[in-house]
Amino acid sequence: MSPVGKPKSHESAVGHVSGTAVYTDDQREPAGMLSLYPVLSPHAHATITRLEVAPALAVPGCVTVLTAADVPGENNTGVIIHDEVLLPTDEVVHYGQVVAWAVGETEAAAREAAAHIQVEYDPLPAIKTVHEAIAADSYHNDPQIIRRGDTEAALAQATHSFAGEVDIGGQDHFYLETQASWVIPDGEGNLQVFASTQHPTETQEIVARVLGLPKNQVVCTCLRMGGGFGGKESQANPFAAAAALATYKTGRPARCRLRRHQDMLITGKRHGFFGQYEVGFDDQGKITAMNALLVADGGWSLDLSPPVLMRAMLHVDNAYYVPNLVVEGRIAKTNRVSNTAYRGFGGPQGMIVVEEVVDRIARTLNLPPDVVRERNFYYGEGETCTTHYGQEIVDNRLDRVWAEAKQQSDYMARRAAIAAFNETNLYQKRGLAITPVKFGISFNKVQYNQAGALVLIYTDGSIQVNHGGTEMGQGLHTKMIQVAAKALGVNIERIRLMSTSTDKVPNTSATAASSGSDLNGQAVKNACEILRDRLAVVAVRMLNLDAPEDMVFEDDWIYCRTYPSARIAFDEVVQQTYSERISLSATGFYRTPNIFWDAKLAKGRPFYYFAYGAAVSEVEVDGFTGTFKLRQVDIVHDVGESINPLVDRGQIEGGFVQGMGWLTMEELVWDGEGRLRTFAPSTYKIPTISEVPEKFTIHLLQRAAQDGVIYGSKAVGEPPFMLAMSVREAIRAAVAAFGDADFVPLGLPATPEATLWAIERVKAAVSQGQPVNIVS
Amino acid sequence: MNQQLATQLTFSVNGEPVSPQAVSPAMTLLEYLRLSGRAGTKEGCGDGDCGACTVALIGARADGNPQYQAVNSCLIPLGAVAGRQVLTADGITQGRIPKSPLAKEPVTVDQLHPVQGAMVETGGSQCGYCTPGFIMSLFAAYYNGGPDDLAVEGNLCRCTGYLPIRRAAQQVAQTLVVDQFSQQLAAASTELLPVACPGPDTQFYRPTQLSEVLALMQQHPDATLVAGATDLGLEMSWHRQHYPVLISLEAVAELTQMHQTEDAVTIGAAVPLSHIETTLHGVFPSLDEMIHWFAARQVRNRATLGGNIGTASPIGDLPPVLLSLEASLTLSGPGGERTLPLADFFTGYRQTELQPGEVIVSVQIPRTPAPGTARRLAQSYKIGKRGTDDISIVAAAFVVDVDADNTILQARLGYGGVAATPARATAAEDFLVGQPWAMETVQAVKPLLQEAFTPMTDLRGSAEYRQRLVVNLFEKFFVEFP
Repeated sequence: MSPVGKPKSHESAVGHVSGTAVYTDDQREPAGMLSLYPVLSPHAHATITRLEVAPALAVPGCVTVLTAADVPGENNTGVIIHDEVLLPTDEVVHYGQVVAWAVGETEAAAREAAAHIQVEYDPLPAIKTVHEAIAADSYHNDPQIIRRGDTEAALAQATHSFAGEVDIGGQDHFYLETQASWVIPDGEGNLQVFASTQHPTETQEIVARVLGLPKNQVVCTCLRMGGGFGGKESQANPFAAAAALATYKTGRPARCRLRRHQDMLITGKRHGFFGQYEVGFDDQGKITAMNALLVADGGWSLDLSPPVLMRAMLHVDNAYYVPNLVVEGRIAKTNRVSNTAYRGFGGPQGMIVVEEVVDRIARTLNLPPDVVRERNFYYGEGETCTTHYGQEIVDNRLDRVWAEAKQQSDYMARRAAIAAFNETNLYQKRGLAITPVKFGISFNKVQYNQAGALVLIYTDGSIQVNHGGTEMGQGLHTKMIQVAAKALGVNIERIRLMSTSTDKVPNTSATAASSGSDLNGQAVKNACEILRDRLAVVAVRMLNLDAPEDMVFEDDWIYCRTYPSARIAFDEVVQQTYSERISLSATGFYRTPNIFWDAKLAKGRPFYYFAYGAAVSEVEVDGFTGTFKLRQVDIVHDVGESINPLVDRGQIEGGFVQGMGWLTMEELVWDGEGRLRTFAPSTYKIPTISEVPEKFTIHLLQRAAQDGVIYGSKAVGEPPFMLAMSVREAIRAAVAAFGDADFVPLGLPATPEATLWAIERVKAAVSQGQPVNIVS
Repeated sequence: MNQQLATQLTFSVNGEPVSPQAVSPAMTLLEYLRLSGRAGTKEGCGDGDCGACTVALIGARADGNPQYQAVNSCLIPLGAVAGRQVLTADGITQGRIPKSPLAKEPVTVDQLHPVQGAMVETGGSQCGYCTPGFIMSLFAAYYNGGPDDLAVEGNLCRCTGYLPIRRAAQQVAQTLVVDQFSQQLAAASTELLPVACPGPDTQFYRPTQLSEVLALMQQHPDATLVAGATDLGLEMSWHRQHYPVLISLEAVAELTQMHQTEDAVTIGAAVPLSHIETTLHGVFPSLDEMIHWFAARQVRNRATLGGNIGTASPIGDLPPVLLSLEASLTLSGPGGERTLPLADFFTGYRQTELQPGEVIVSVQIPRTPAPGTARRLAQSYKIGKRGTDDISIVAAAFVVDVDADNTILQARLGYGGVAATPARATAAEDFLVGQPWAMETVQAVKPLLQEAFTPMTDLRGSAEYRQRLVVNLFEKFFVEFP
């Protein structure tokens, strides 16, 4: 039986449920471990006029205080450009910025000491929103532009056209495990860093940079993460660097673990966006031209904003062929946290714009939105199946997922039933919507599309697998065990998946962009195949045969394809291989072929392939309060030939619910002073079980093997997040049913308040007998 | 106080007796568990809002019998745990003798508790960090009628979307339960013995008589009263304040009783909401409804009615219901007992009539409608950004008594979240009396409701939205109860 394709439980599931799986801050403490506690800026923007640490040092148990003056290397943790100070010297640039770290014998002592650090500020004017940044021309970068066709001319000639704007909210990652790092010195100048990081190599690099050490003196290990979602890609680095700085200064082990409020105040989030569009379309509802502007709220430093913006620009088409399209992108510089990677990486924000457009076209022409959507799909070959950045979609599965989702959800019958419901119900309206997802798979930056692995076979036949990816719950390690077991033809119980560590596999990419299995799976397979070839040579000799290429590895046996009775146990061959002085360890490597990107022309083939899905959501909206209930969800998603259907379904369900949270309830609120007011689960609401409907079906697209990807599978981490757009569109449909407007603007997120105002607008449009033209 | 008085903190964790030394009774159970190396229990928020730190305690059901109760260990001070049995996710694997909590021996699938096994099978864990909390919520529900959605609505999971967790709950809901834990439960006592624990920097008292509470308050004017600690526990979790003296009301006989007569229901101030939820189910439908939306299971297991009133939140959730039901409070202090309408209790933002040395003893809710009433219409509503386990933007509760001719005899409209205190819309109430219970009346009263309050804009909602809800919820009430 092949271990690939089975619904195997998470490799750590038993540890999870029994509380015995160890996370960074759960490890057994080394002697003399110190704890860090931060002092946070109370201003969005201010000059530091005084920083007095003496009173803190007098607190019993306080060991030291870390300020910018303590940094021996570069006081900077910026990942693309070096614009992100670890500790400020004279200025704070966002509310919640870490000004200093108190270091104590215990967390309690550090906390008490932090309370005694005296900081005085002179507040400065702050740029508090993306709109203020636009007004002040405050940007991190020059405009980025992707162009196809002659948009200006096409807009001028369009039968119909409109223009609009949309404000898109950000999102806190709310991984359940907050940022955590431990740093342990070996007494000889080297550091072992344990970090909850999606990117151990980068954490290693930043720690080395801050301390002025070569990278080979820093080992970074990630045991596992209690959730990441992009929030521990670059954001983990400063906390590891701070702990390392404490270790550097004191010579003692140090831990830095944020508490929830601190985590939410300090770390970057999903980028809020401001979008503008001008669209031309014909009587059929087909888009003939679109001119779009996307402004991302980058926050105070650049972080990963350029690739986030680029992915938004590359997904402003979603599933739709737009013959003339120009999209311009900017990154606003604001006095807010530095926004960062988050599941979808800008893709969702780009797609929101075109979904807004498509719905508005439908309502303008009085056509069903699902019909307008399918009329605009990429189709055929060549030009009509080529994106605005010049990549031909060679594996277009939009029609398949769409047709199957409509059928599985009984879409047409339910649409009629809902129309009937809405006829007879004055105060509650239902809405049904289907939306597509086409999501490009690969890192935008070509060089990141590589991975390494290290596989070790021991003489007792037990195996260790190392690879460059990190485990944050997505089931990567589980899939890697399955891949290794299949490639070596052994039982999965033989395999131990090791913690991700930079001394096992160096120079890794972040576990991000949904690429973990695609990249690391191929690297693990490569390493296993190298070992298998060595073992095959030995097995052939032991079996007195002569064709190693005929050896089959399966179920802990090695046998000859043509004479299956000639077989030998895996363990025996391993032992003999050792005796013959042949290496039982191998590194594996993979780089994604056939991808390229011309940044100057903004054209190329940035994605190895696309993942597809379609979702149907039904909601009921209360006209008194604007609250909604999600009644049913039906999803068809393309995961290729699933390596692990249990894990893949988990990604689809979890991604969808997280997306629904972003679109409907997770609202980041800043006050007039630029202070984030939603920094705890009491004020920032992510979905609970009660928001998830009982009727929730998922169909994995069948006969969907993807050529050239590990065992025919496809990436699944991010794409399902965007399936939740169907919830937003269903709410919009329900809101529309309260009136008769040809435009139904809806806040992002569509909180009860935003939805109630939307209802009032469409009602007002009816009573005034004219279309709504208000932009939320 | 009687002779069994405990002078130091002792309790058990997974069957192992512990007596923490030199530890403040104001330290939270979660902090203690983790500092003592029991890292199986996780901190997700430290606010009692995510459930990652959920553990099970053995406590009394409303009928006095023992039950496993899921509680947020981040909110419960060690003092409140004195004498209790605590179970955590790393202590419920079957047939496993708890060894050193630091020993991380591997656990195998066949040792798992059924709720753990179901979660493994359904893919109920992804990152696993919230999982120990879910396990303990499911565990407690498993011995209490079987887990369902409500059992875990106080547990946040960011990875799974909850669907496999729901499947796991459904899977074990059908299992028949007789095992070591049901036996352990049957043998457990729920009596809370008195405690007087000096502590290094906080003194913790858990008296059993009201007279002792009053005496202690005289003795320690700086004392802070604590019951379920679901509000005060936040301050402890975040170390915002130092508490020299804590007096727990949990074990006080006079405060933990409920009486029902034909005319009224009396609820002791220290009765947990979960007891009210079960004992009074069906008596006051608007109270049932609001309790359903009140926080989540872990909080309702600990939070008390007296605490919800005494904290004097402008929202409160239960005060609007109690206002609409014309509840009154009995207070006790050095000057004796007094009773006053709840409407007179709140004097300003977080200000009440409670005098130094005084304690809320009980809440009385009359059951009798206005004379001549043919129909009593009552309902409550809670609107938040998220339906479940959120702080209200607006909470509202309505009671309208109408006679046989459909004329309104009396109307009580209680609101939270629209003023400095929970409050009634009295002008609207007055207008309604004598009017027919009809849509025209609702339309006519709207201007009065629109002007009833001048709410604020905050992170939860705008003043305009709150004002609109004040009006719309009353109309919704009419539409639902015509």
